[in-house]
Amino acid sequence: MPDGSMSGRIGQSPVRVDGRAKVTGAAHYASDMAVPNPAWAWLVTSAIARGRIAAIDEAAARAVPGVLDILTHRSMRGEVGDAGFFAGGGYAGSTIRPLQDDRVRHDGEIVAIVLAEGLEQAREAAYRLRIDYAEETPAAGFGSEGAELVSAREASGGSFEDPGVGDADAAFAGAAIRVAADYATPTQHHNPIELFTTTAQWEDGRLTVFEGSQYVHGLKNGLAAQLGLDPAMVRVESPYIGGAFGSRGSLTQRTALIAVAARRLNRPVKLVATRDQGFTIASYRAETRQHVKLGADTDGRLVALVHEGTEVTSRPDPYKVAGTQTTSRIYACPNIRTRVSLLHADRNTPGFMRSPPELPYMFALESAMDELAHAAGLDPIELRRRNDTMREPIKGLPWTSRSLMPCFDRGAAAFGWAERNPAPRSMREGDWLVGWGCATTIYPTHLGAATARVTLTPDGRARVQTAAHEIGTGTYTVVAQAAAEGLGLPLGKVLVEMGDSDLPPAPVSGGSNVTASVCTVVMQACEQIRARLAAAATEGPLQGRDPATLRLLDGALRAPDGAAEPLAAAMARAANGAIEVYAENIPEGLPPDSLKKLYQGKQALGGGLEGKQHVMAAFGAEFVEVRVHSRTAELRVPRILGAFAAGRIVNPRTARSQLMGGLIWGIGSALHEATEIDRRTARYVNDNIAEYLIPVNADVPQVEVLFVEEEERTANPLGIKGLGELGNVGTNAAIANAVFHATGKRVRELPIRIESVL
Amino acid sequence: MRPFAFERAPDLAAAQRVVALSASSRAETVPAMLLAGGTTLLDLMKLDVLRPERVVDINALAGRFGGVAAEPAGLRLGALARMAQVADDAGVRRDYPVIAESLALAASAQLRNMASLGGNVLQRTRCSYFRDVSHAACNKRNPGSGCAALGGCNRQHAVLGTSDHCIATYPGDFAQALVALDAVVEIEGPQGARRLPFAGLHRLPGDRPDEETVLRPGEIIAGFLVPAGPWARRSRYVKVRDRESYAFAAASAAVALDLDGDRVREARIALGGVATIPWRAREAEAALAGQVLDEAGAERAAAAAFREARTHGDNDHKPELGRRTLVRALLEAARMEI
Ligand SMILES: Cc1cc2nc3c(=O)[nH]c(=O)nc-3n(C[C@H](O)[C@H](O)[C@H](O)COP(=O)(O)OP(=O)(O)OC[C@H]3O[C@@H](n4cnc5c(N)ncnc54)[C@H](O)[C@@H]3O)c2cc1C
Ligand code: SF4
Repeated sequence: MPDGSMSGRIGQSPVRVDGRAKVTGAAHYASDMAVPNPAWAWLVTSAIARGRIAAIDEAAARAVPGVLDILTHRSMRGEVGDAGFFAGGGYAGSTIRPLQDDRVRHDGEIVAIVLAEGLEQAREAAYRLRIDYAEETPAAGFGSEGAELVSAREASGGSFEDPGVGDADAAFAGAAIRVAADYATPTQHHNPIELFTTTAQWEDGRLTVFEGSQYVHGLKNGLAAQLGLDPAMVRVESPYIGGAFGSRGSLTQRTALIAVAARRLNRPVKLVATRDQGFTIASYRAETRQHVKLGADTDGRLVALVHEGTEVTSRPDPYKVAGTQTTSRIYACPNIRTRVSLLHADRNTPGFMRSPPELPYMFALESAMDELAHAAGLDPIELRRRNDTMREPIKGLPWTSRSLMPCFDRGAAAFGWAERNPAPRSMREGDWLVGWGCATTIYPTHLGAATARVTLTPDGRARVQTAAHEIGTGTYTVVAQAAAEGLGLPLGKVLVEMGDSDLPPAPVSGGSNVTASVCTVVMQACEQIRARLAAAATEGPLQGRDPATLRLLDGALRAPDGAAEPLAAAMARAANGAIEVYAENIPEGLPPDSLKKLYQGKQALGGGLEGKQHVMAAFGAEFVEVRVHSRTAELRVPRILGAFAAGRIVNPRTARSQLMGGLIWGIGSALHEATEIDRRTARYVNDNIAEYLIPVNADVPQVEVLFVEEEERTANPLGIKGLGELGNVGTNAAIANAVFHATGKRVRELPIRIESVL
Repeated sequence: MRPFAFERAPDLAAAQRVVALSASSRAETVPAMLLAGGTTLLDLMKLDVLRPERVVDINALAGRFGGVAAEPAGLRLGALARMAQVADDAGVRRDYPVIAESLALAASAQLRNMASLGGNVLQRTRCSYFRDVSHAACNKRNPGSGCAALGGCNRQHAVLGTSDHCIATYPGDFAQALVALDAVVEIEGPQGARRLPFAGLHRLPGDRPDEETVLRPGEIIAGFLVPAGPWARRSRYVKVRDRESYAFAAASAAVALDLDGDRVREARIALGGVATIPWRAREAEAALAGQVLDEAGAERAAAAAFREARTHGDNDHKPELGRRTLVRALLEAARMEI
């Protein structure tokens, strides 16, 4: 477990409490967890995207020494129940349940599981398993026959409304300056470095699952529903996670299958799926096509904004990101129309991927804003200034705080934006065309109900228990900081336990909510401890002081006049030993049933842009320099800079690293990342990280993060806005805008590659 | 991966004995394969694409076949020399820059430390359909099964030297430098040693894309001999790729020039990333011979190099990219200070 000896209160930059364990290999990830005598599972996934399994020949596979069993739909039918789609109140990221019938519904669907004494034996047998398919012609997505288009509103049964106001089409028709264009974003996969793994172990009817998860309570409850178990009989452990980015947010179907396998073999079973299987057994970012129309008056003030998007999804699941919820709220504009549609195809169900709605939709909006700036002859920053607003335009609700223009101003100064020659193709260095671009970035401030148990012992140590997750963001560290702050202890005296569904539930590590949600409830627990100690301080050095004024600081309970009592003594008055507090918090503005949903493992975040009194989001401005070789058109980003305002920054060190990671991800998303799909077969082709490119160090020589101070008073008592997903939102557009500036060519389809500008 | 026998060959004779004596017991497997760095072989075995019954580690032969030596006649490179070792060699960098650059710009530092020159020239295509056995149609992997890349995802595929049976790109970099410099490959076989022009090692796919080289069973590449020549110092490898490092070539050009002022006495050109085999662009060389090497001259040569190019949809940009890459390489080589 993490231990840190640095001092570190909220706002300071202690090093990660788990950093040493991670770099020395002492941190154990789910598949590192030792279980007695495990059997190994190897997945066999479908070679077609649509059809039926016609025949399975197991003979050669079963002849491999060490093979224990081969699970197929013939032996597994009826074993795994429906956990419901997470967005419809259930748990699963995809309701396609493999091995429950002979249908194949997407490329790489699990069609068999080989169980063997050893990994190599399981793999060899998997290679020898022969499956014959009765193939049907699949629909891959856009342009495919048989794909089915529905409006998001229809698909949601009316619960989703496309945001809009005024008459955008009429206003656009009459606008002095107009731009209208189509944009496209590709399928992308998370490819966290930790592969998708599951280890399942049964002991006396109780199931323990070791699996990297962004929501151990969700996984636990979903598994219980699938397997017909009392949730109390399921435990999920996920102490460390080697990257998730949304891919481990909802239950995937493999887990229950491995649990059933372990029950059948009556011994633990371990699965480490391969990199290519990760492309099809979990989720991904859906491909989109978008249309944006912007109309402005001669001063560049928006009079019309139209944003339409279509997203690919699976046949059964109406997964959508609907980024129009964000793009319709950012700029002042009296007439807005949006529409989101879904295209059902023979694909696995997409899901959350870092900044799910904002990344694709802000690419289109912020590219269009740049096109508008060019058409209006305005500097792109000036265009945003003219359309800046302290109230969102759909309902007229105020932003709790918004520092977009301060971010642009700080960022522009640091980047040297004033030196930019606005004419496309006007800047050059040697053989390289140089372009500078910028874009707005935004991420809504989500919050969730959360619980935590905090125990303070008389020796001045604290233990914090909450089922939050360390997905690499630094959660162990910031939670420890919150407790250190609340109890007046050095960071090294705080032990944080997370990533275990036996701990008090914390929300899904998604939507950038965790620091705000979890630190808030931990602080509440600390406050209850302080209040108990203060109330008991009726005698001794603090006698006669108003309990409300007493604070825990530097290992003592202290009054404003300097009187103090050491912690051990103060505790002796209040309790016989340790003080333990269990706190539950429902953030203001969230429905009262949020807590109940949390205990059920449902995903129930609120806040953000859904508020009734106000809306809240973190903002930023991103600047990039792009170089395009004048002959051979390689695209490179020698420098990138982001200026961000996100309320109170709990730990500038980990925050910076999140935002840097976001900017780097944004570079990859703009220039490298795309899952290629064979349109004839609806199959992924470049399903490995030699061919699915992401930036390497040489692609990100200079990445700069600036924090713009911002006071947030409303979002939560600590004034925290999440920033985990803020960094990569604006980058795609900033790069596309810089490419336009460098080359004069507007590229509206991602990724932007050599052939886009050749 | 399937079970296989593993042996370390202590010397050349032992290696050849193992390979010559092995016979395949099943149709789906091949009898024996040599292991050098293993960075191609093991990947493809894990993917079930290669199924040797025996893997023979030849790294113990590095003492004999692992050297780098500059001789008056030229440069001798052992097949078991590591990519990094040659890329970092001061003499190679000075006298044969195209060789050092082609190696330094390949793969990653870790791979270059591990991978051998012999294995490098024999690396297999990156065609995704070849590397994933769940795609049924691939003539290279499974002769007669068809070619999924025709009409499929073929952005990285070749435009030169293709056939109706296979359009897979030869992915390596170093081989282009060898082809351009007229290198000779030295081969040790059960019947003795033989030498071949390196350009004759790889076969065009034709109707047998599974037969990639002219090596016979039991033959081992011992090394490469790169003749010294007036063009070797003015040589350059330009590699265009989707990211700054650790990516295969979208297009590349190895050029070596013997100049007389601004006039070309002799040009040697090989192209990568665009062809099914390491591609010698003789038409381009002919177009330059005796001519002034300026922008227009370079473009004429590049046009000649891609006259026969055939594209397949996703790779429609390759001829243009290939031409520009070659123009860039020629002009950069002409500007080199030697
Ligand atoms: C992610 C990735 C990126 C890469 N990027 C690049 C790149 O950008 N440019 C590039 O050029 N390469 C690249 N490579 C390929 C890499 O350079 C080759 O894998 C490597 O050079 C092969 O050498 P090896 O010694 O490891 O070969 P091995 O894997 O040991 O052998 C390869 C083949 O050659 C045979 N063989 C080996 N030695 C001999 C010999 N002496 N005689 C006869 N047969 C022999 C083996 O039997 C085997 O069939 C990349 C590889 C990977 C995995
Ligand atoms: S291009 Fe060649 S290697 Fe690729 S699928 Fe076709 S035959 Fe196979």
